Amino acid sequence: MCNTCGCNITDGNRHLLSPPPNRAAQISTPEKILNGLLDHNDQQARINRTRLDAQGVLTINLMSSPGSGKTSLLESTIRTLQGKLRIGVIEGDLETENDADRIRALDVPVHQITTGTACHLDAHLIHSALDRLDLTKLDLLFIENVGNLVCPASFDLGHHRNVILLSVTEGDDKPAKYPVMFRAADLMLISKTDLLPYLTEFSPVRAEHCLRRLASTAPALHLSARSGEGLADWFGWLAAEIDHYRELLKERQTLTPRVESEGRRLHAPGPQIVFRPLAATT
Amino acid sequence: MHELSLCQNIIDQLTDLAKLHDAVAVARIEVRVGALSGVEAQLLRNAFTLIQAGTIAETAELITEETAPRVTCRTCGAESETLPNNLSCPVCGNLDTKLIDGYELILARVELVRNED
Ligand SMILES: Nc1nc2c(ncn2[C@@H]2O[C@H](COP(=O)(O)OP(=O)(O)O)[C@@H](O)[C@H]2O)c(=O)[nH]1
Ligand SMILES: [Mg+2]
Ligand SMILES: [Zn+2]
Repeated sequence: MCNTCGCNITDGNRHLLSPPPNRAAQISTPEKILNGLLDHNDQQARINRTRLDAQGVLTINLMSSPGSGKTSLLESTIRTLQGKLRIGVIEGDLETENDADRIRALDVPVHQITTGTACHLDAHLIHSALDRLDLTKLDLLFIENVGNLVCPASFDLGHHRNVILLSVTEGDDKPAKYPVMFRAADLMLISKTDLLPYLTEFSPVRAEHCLRRLASTAPALHLSARSGEGLADWFGWLAAEIDHYRELLKERQTLTPRVESEGRRLHAPGPQIVFRPLAATT
Repeated sequence: MHELSLCQNIIDQLTDLAKLHDAVAVARIEVRVGALSGVEAQLLRNAFTLIQAGTIAETAELITEETAPRVTCRTCGAESETLPNNLSCPVCGNLDTKLIDGYELILARVELVRNED
């Protein structure tokens, strides 16, 4: 989680902070008290995913540091794929509508979530954003997460794939410094490769090696939104994921990001409970 | 960042547990924080002191136990503890491992205070 901004409460999860009106009516039994402390989010994420699957909208969560080229990649992607695929975008940003305006200029449906102080999107925020988009008119939905290599990794949004950008202007050891984030990648994109000639200290081989040491088998592709180099591989990956997703839907299955399918947190037994007499504590 | 909302979640669970067991207070809780859970134990402890005021866990002590990643190797079968950013098998060096521990965030133990009558 975030060491810098101390943020935590988003418009999406704020309601969780006020106790529900009638708690007595919903006392949990120990079996029901799941230990996954991110349960509320994970439940909402499952609802979001079901909703996306009902319309067959493959949903991709783009994560990276600020400025790694997420919006630029979306612009290039939309320019090339428009007309072939119906694309929508959810933009997450701390303050401005700038990214949404860049996407809107390309004439695709976009909804901007401004998170205020929260440095990540969560499933509740995505739930409200999905209300603003006509999912029946989409094949592919991109979620541009808030630029941050820490917090967004902890939140399942109900999406299907995590794509993480690492630009060559950052260190090639980023996957070793942010293992929680990079372990979540279903695809790592080494971006801004047109700058490689000027940044000889960045080694794509080393970056990929750091990813492999996280026991990740996610592909690592190289591309530049500026020069167009490598974009064809990215489009190839997207096309393969869409095909795979549609096959799964036919069998009433879905795609979940690799880390989510580990079933993290959810199947822990209830806590051990011990009792102390009141007197002993005073 | 989301440590505060996680703490609110812990408090909700504690409130339910206390009600279920007729407890008057929560004395102590233990939370296991995996090195790959994305949660900072220190931030969790700080957040807990903010959130616990005015709740059943007002005076509860929060103990965090930080757990290192553990993997099993799909090549040699060894089970080992690793560093968070190197999940390769320390025995045979293979990269094909499965993470079995160290990504969890678990409320492991709760001590409730009850009236003894
Ligand atoms: N040289 C180069 N610059 C890029 C590339 N992609 C993005 N940029 C620049 O990097 C900056 C941040 O890009 P942006 O797409 O806004 O990043 P985001 O914060 O991840 O959405 C902008 O000035 C872009 O023009 C690229 O492929 N090559
Ligand atoms: Mg952007
Ligand atoms: Zn081994």
